[in-house]
Amino acid sequence: MTGARIPAVVVADIRKSYGELKAVDGVSFTVAEGEFFGILGPNGAGKTTTLEIVEGLRKPDGGQVTLLGEQPWPRNPKLLPRIGVQLQASSFFEKLTAREQLQTFGSLYGVSRRKADEMLELVGLTDKADVQENKLSGGQRQRLSIACALVHDPDLVFLDEPTAALDPQARRNLWDVLRAIQARGKTIVYTTHYLDEAEILCDRVAIMDRGRILAMDAPATLVRGLDAPTHVVLQKGLLTREAARGITGVDDAQEDEVSLTISTRKPAPVLSALAERGTLDGLQVRTATLEDVFLDLTGREYRA
Amino acid sequence: MTAFRSLSAAMIKGFLRDKMTLFFVFLFPLMFLVVFGLLLGDSGSDKTKIAAVGDGPVLTTLEQTGAIELEKHGDVASARQKVDDGDLPAAVVVSGDRVELIYAASDQVAAGTVLGIVSGVVDKINLGAANVAPRFTLETKSVEDASLKPIQYLTPGILSWAISISGVFGAALTMVSWRKKQVLRRIRLAPVSTTTVLTSRVLVSIGTAVAQGVAFVAVALLPVFGLKLTGQWYLALPLLVLGTTAFFAVGMLVGAFCKTEEAASGAANIIIMPMAFLSGTFFPVENAPPWLQTVSNVFPLRHMNDGMLDVLVRGKGVEALLVPSAVLIAFTLVVGFIAARIFRWED
Repeated sequence: MTGARIPAVVVADIRKSYGELKAVDGVSFTVAEGEFFGILGPNGAGKTTTLEIVEGLRKPDGGQVTLLGEQPWPRNPKLLPRIGVQLQASSFFEKLTAREQLQTFGSLYGVSRRKADEMLELVGLTDKADVQENKLSGGQRQRLSIACALVHDPDLVFLDEPTAALDPQARRNLWDVLRAIQARGKTIVYTTHYLDEAEILCDRVAIMDRGRILAMDAPATLVRGLDAPTHVVLQKGLLTREAARGITGVDDAQEDEVSLTISTRKPAPVLSALAERGTLDGLQVRTATLEDVFLDLTGREYRA
Repeated sequence: MTAFRSLSAAMIKGFLRDKMTLFFVFLFPLMFLVVFGLLLGDSGSDKTKIAAVGDGPVLTTLEQTGAIELEKHGDVASARQKVDDGDLPAAVVVSGDRVELIYAASDQVAAGTVLGIVSGVVDKINLGAANVAPRFTLETKSVEDASLKPIQYLTPGILSWAISISGVFGAALTMVSWRKKQVLRRIRLAPVSTTTVLTSRVLVSIGTAVAQGVAFVAVALLPVFGLKLTGQWYLALPLLVLGTTAFFAVGMLVGAFCKTEEAASGAANIIIMPMAFLSGTFFPVENAPPWLQTVSNVFPLRHMNDGMLDVLVRGKGVEALLVPSAVLIAFTLVVGFIAARIFRWED
């Protein structure tokens, strides 16, 4: 850790077009040291292109990127040992075992071979050390791929959709790995199209759509800023729509075939009123999420 | 462990663990060597077999020539039958002082051979019988000429061909697969120079080429095939190295153009197969029409072949390396330069 706290990542107004398509259209953000920063958005939002420009894999048409005080483009060998990158495709050498992959990638950075076992332990693959990469499951490959990005102990880690195409259990396992990495004091910049996941993991998120950042803040702040009502869902028939509307604090009540949905901005008094009436059977409370934020920002439903 | 050593180690492991690659690099060319070696194996030394009826000094002398093998028949009819059926090219019938030669007109080469030998033998015995001292004496001496026994040109040819396969395929498939799987991008993000990556890959290919050389020559030396190495065989080493770099450059070019492994192997095959046939891998290129021989000069394999033949079986010395080496180096530089210019890190 350096004494002068410079931001780990400073991105200023980067742009990239492919013909007519503006893949990245004036994106700016700053990531502090030790922060877990998420770039979210649906497929084709420009997340990967943004990340590739930031990593120094692509030259932006315009704008500036500074990583740990250095320019990533053109290829900057001074910066490379300090950043770790996991690419979207899991890039491995053919026919090598998990341990050998880590040893080989590590050697590109002059890291000792012993480091491989430490990494395997970090991502929970110790018992798969001697298994060839192509025989690992999707989740194991992702974890190995993250371990390969971390093998040289970088300060700044970029992960591109590490949880894509994983089953729920594997996703949750990976969350633990990501939290463990942050606990080591690393700065993490990662992309995902799972909004729920970003809400749980990230200190701050940037919501992207069509090459632009629509909103950027802590997930809780974004949701709160929405001033969206809380939805209380009851089984149909316990309460009439009119009775529900009569309760103090209820903004609206809607009925469909199976349930009655009450919208409120003061959930506490509404819930106690419902409890008094003994109508809590099958009750669900749904507060606003990042998906509602996305809907509010774009006017359309979020489709990953 | 340095990046160079560990990258080389990673590639060697990947190579040794890939059964398919091992097959195409070692067994596939070896199969050609074995099949062609056995098929064409004895064709040069075969005696011509003819039917024989009767006995006497003519037949004894014929057998002593070493060029004719006699199949004894009791009567003229059965000997004649053999010739009529095309089983044997000729029949010689000796009854007293009369020597009759029946031959099949269809096989003129065999007929000519038999006719020459039999009339030679008859003339010689006539001279002996007339008690006349021969005025001219004929002395024969055999030299290693351009037309070699099959195994002698097959081994250098198939070895060069195998090296072209491993060089072109090795470079092209590594490049395409590393680009597709983004290993190239990943390497680019590591503080390791392109030269390190490239030289370690070339070195693995050179190691493969040397292993191929040892394996093929060892098999060809087996008594069944009977390869005879002449001259300084170790002069083949520089050719192995330079040939590998030339074909590696071709593979880099293929790899730069092709997006998928399938496309790359297709393209590599389209380049290698015609080149192999025109460069004298399976048949001596001297038998080809002159214009084709001229065309074949554009192929690096042709020059590698020539060099290999010269130092392995024609007993030539270091001077035989000059032209092939110069061509291979020039080829490496030119093709390598073009490949480097169109090289892409990613799709």
